Amino acid sequence: MTSPHLQAPRPARPGKRAARPPKGPAGPAEAHAGEPGGTAVVQAGPGAADPQSHPRRSLGDTLFKVAAGGFAAVVLLIAVGMAWVMTQAARPSIRAFGLGFLVSSAWDPVRNAYGALPYIFGTVTSSLLALAIAVPLALGIASFLSELARGPLARVLGFLVELLAAIPSVVYGLWGVFLMAPWLRNGPQAWLSRHLGFLPFFRGTPFGVGMMGAALILAVMILPTISAVCLEVFRAVPRAQREAALALGATRWESTRMAVFSYARSGIVGAVILGLGRALGETMAVTMLIGNRPQISASLFAPAHTMASVLANEFAEASGDLYLSALIEIGLVLFGITILLNILARWLVWRTVGRFGSTPAA
Amino acid sequence: MNSSLQSAAAGDSSSAPDSRFLRRKAVNAAMTAFSLACVLLALVPLISILAFIVSQGARAINLDFFIRLPKPVGEAGGGMANAILGTLELVGLACVLGLPVGILGGAFLSEYGNSPLAPAARFTADVLSGVPSIVVGVFVFALVVRPMHGFSAFAGGVALAILMVPTVMRTTEELMRLVPGSLREAALALGVSHWRTVLLVVLQNARGGIVMGVMLAIARIAGETAPLLFTALGNRFWSFELNQPIAALPMQIFTYAISPFDDWHRQAWAGALVLVVLVLAVNLVARVAVRQRVGGTP
Amino acid sequence: MSTDILRRAPRSSALAALLSLALTLAAAGPAPAAAASLTGAGATFPYPLYSKWFDEYAKANPGTNINYQSIGSGGGIRQITERTVDFGASDPPMTEEQIGKAPGVLHIPTVIGAVVVVYNLAGVPAGLKLDGETVAAIFLGQITSWNDPKVAALNPGVSLPAQAITVVHRSDGSGTTNIFTDYLSHVSTAWAKAVGKSTSVNWPVGLGAKGNEGVAGQVRTLPGTIGYVELAYAMTNKMTYASVRNRAGEFVEPSVAATTTAAAGAVSKMPADLRVSIVNPPGKHAYPICGFTYLLVYREQGNRTKGEVLAKFLWWAIHDGQRMAEPLYYAPLPPPVVSLVEAKVKSLESGGSVLLK
Repeated sequence: MTSPHLQAPRPARPGKRAARPPKGPAGPAEAHAGEPGGTAVVQAGPGAADPQSHPRRSLGDTLFKVAAGGFAAVVLLIAVGMAWVMTQAARPSIRAFGLGFLVSSAWDPVRNAYGALPYIFGTVTSSLLALAIAVPLALGIASFLSELARGPLARVLGFLVELLAAIPSVVYGLWGVFLMAPWLRNGPQAWLSRHLGFLPFFRGTPFGVGMMGAALILAVMILPTISAVCLEVFRAVPRAQREAALALGATRWESTRMAVFSYARSGIVGAVILGLGRALGETMAVTMLIGNRPQISASLFAPAHTMASVLANEFAEASGDLYLSALIEIGLVLFGITILLNILARWLVWRTVGRFGSTPAA
Repeated sequence: MNSSLQSAAAGDSSSAPDSRFLRRKAVNAAMTAFSLACVLLALVPLISILAFIVSQGARAINLDFFIRLPKPVGEAGGGMANAILGTLELVGLACVLGLPVGILGGAFLSEYGNSPLAPAARFTADVLSGVPSIVVGVFVFALVVRPMHGFSAFAGGVALAILMVPTVMRTTEELMRLVPGSLREAALALGVSHWRTVLLVVLQNARGGIVMGVMLAIARIAGETAPLLFTALGNRFWSFELNQPIAALPMQIFTYAISPFDDWHRQAWAGALVLVVLVLAVNLVARVAVRQRVGGTP
Repeated sequence: MSTDILRRAPRSSALAALLSLALTLAAAGPAPAAAASLTGAGATFPYPLYSKWFDEYAKANPGTNINYQSIGSGGGIRQITERTVDFGASDPPMTEEQIGKAPGVLHIPTVIGAVVVVYNLAGVPAGLKLDGETVAAIFLGQITSWNDPKVAALNPGVSLPAQAITVVHRSDGSGTTNIFTDYLSHVSTAWAKAVGKSTSVNWPVGLGAKGNEGVAGQVRTLPGTIGYVELAYAMTNKMTYASVRNRAGEFVEPSVAATTTAAAGAVSKMPADLRVSIVNPPGKHAYPICGFTYLLVYREQGNRTKGEVLAKFLWWAIHDGQRMAEPLYYAPLPPPVVSLVEAKVKSLESGGSVLLK
């Protein structure tokens, strides 16, 4: 939560403390209370004053903008550099297979025939499933910890959820193989197979490892990322927003939905994208739980394969130029899929949270 | 504006406030229960994993583990001291390289969102956060290891820095954005230059959240194995020069975990336990430090 | 107020504290007075043995630090080709194409590994008898049930359940897979035609697990599975394994002795560069699924000091080091092979003169 007792900015005189102005900088409640329409929802904006319109643009401002902009541009450099290096290395494979690479299901290092389709399927499906499980959970956790829990309890629980983020990926994989997968196989999957086995999603023998296992472990792994960011974002929503909604008679849930979700929409989107990124790029834990079989199947019990895990599995040992090149092309395809999914997820979450947050109750 | 709230506030009885109100209360209760359930659900795997790690690795934790170098199989008294130090060094190096880029870059995205560079950098950071760590490792191999003709701690630090930048940048941006405009306006109105406003007012206010973002990033990179395989390589011995291979906990854990020997397995689990505790310790230290500075609930 | 910016980073003071702690610990740690420091990387299979060797060698020759990391055979080949390491290690020997990129590289066999067929079948004790064609048929997906007549025919008196066979193979490229598929290609023309041999193949059926440990883990936790792992994993995990029929018609249990016997049987056909496959060798007590693991070094050593250390270490490894192999489930080199390797090690030179007198 933004602290009402913020630091008073000091004027440029070393060694002198500025007296606090009598009324102090206006708190957020006062600043926005007078808005027409009395909407409880106020859009958060980035920094108010546009530096361009500031009459006194000092050298410091320009320098800062250039320096910070330079740092921001570093990611562009890295991404472009990576894409370039990878395209160079993938060139033999691109030349050999062309666009067919994207729709071929072959993967034969002995005969040098390669295709990315099963990996694309595995990556997209496992990541989207993981998001579908983790995002509602994360929002629930963040809501609970920011709205409903008392101080020390909230801190302890928040800390515990962040603990999940500290566990290394390889440990998740081992726990998954030795504990989660057998439990899945003998418990939920057995039940689903018995009662809903006629559905194409639950067909086939349950192994524990497979698409379902991978989606679940990914969900557990990205949950702390999404919920920690959402929690901070919820906490940063000015109290006035919630209080305004409550003052107008909203229930606690409604005030969260209307005031917090909408205000924090951009932050929630950012959190989900970070979670998506983690899910797409995760290798160790996924490779231990997905069954590593490049195939496309509607069944959640079936083993599958992802682009990140085939890279992690086969890169170290890959000999043969075309093989290596095909693997790097898979990396390139992953880049492309990440871009597409980012656009999709961003649009989807923005619409959903926006609509959800400010829908008038029936 | 919410019509039911309007009508309720206006005391309009024709819209049957009782049943509608009861339904709203029911929804409220349901969502409260749901969010509590979410928290409890999240705790289940956590407790299971922690119990798993502790039960597997606790036996191998002793003083030797923290001060001795690795020993061959079957010989008692081996440890992971160099790997623990190596992880600290690599994470430290990654922070030195990555935090300025992440935090100041995020500040740029938040404060100068109108610049054409901002949406491009934002989107690119999002995409970069999805790159598998092994790809980053290979990239840094081509960029740093090949020209240097050898594996090095420096290369490992660069790889980890690249992995941490997107997370730090985006969380910094989102948290700084949420600082209300009134604070910025107040500072500017008092004559503080824009850049000082950003650094002293906005950044300071978003401090708690930024630290959280940094901790998330550190938690992730501290546990990464794949990018270090091609950059830092690993080392059985102490290593202090930046241009030499260096050991790291996750690599050592992985090497031991995939071996056939129980003795090494237990050490791998102990390593995992130490890694988790290490990350948490850094987390706690940073949070306490930040909290004291602000002097109030974050 | 300009100090505010400095105050902004409590992290940096924590960082400084950590770094100084690190440096203090560093000063406390034993600083290796390195006469020579070597770096090597490659196969994961021999890592436990190599780490024992380097440790023992350092004890006998203080001041020698050899740092070996397991990044995979392919990685080892790549790094020695790029000369980012002093020596590489690989289970499968390099191909002609790879040698072309690393001219002057020598293959030094160090020990022999065996690949064991493991399974998880309730009620069936260890020692299930299988032969090459049957194993190939199972991994091809042609035999799908444990009580298949072909399996039963090899095991009279054993009651086999009517359970589906779940195949577990490696998802990562590996020398173990190379040896296993090499064997299957030798004994089954169907396999050779459909799949072939390599460190990574297009498996017709089955689940993929990462690493020997991954396969062992899957087979141990999933009933009805069959898989293949290195000997050490089968032994230390106390897994149930099959006896495989060798070329002489005997059903041989995998063991260190049977593996050394297999290598001895293959000596007659070893080429000059020592790159050879030794699956399905002649010999009554030979285990048929074995393979060498190699250290890769350049004949021409640029740095004389390092080259001498390397040459001396290799000599020690193929003599004294062999004693340490068996307790760790590696098969030592048979004497005829040792003689051949001695010649290779003696050929290492630097600046025109040999390194080992």
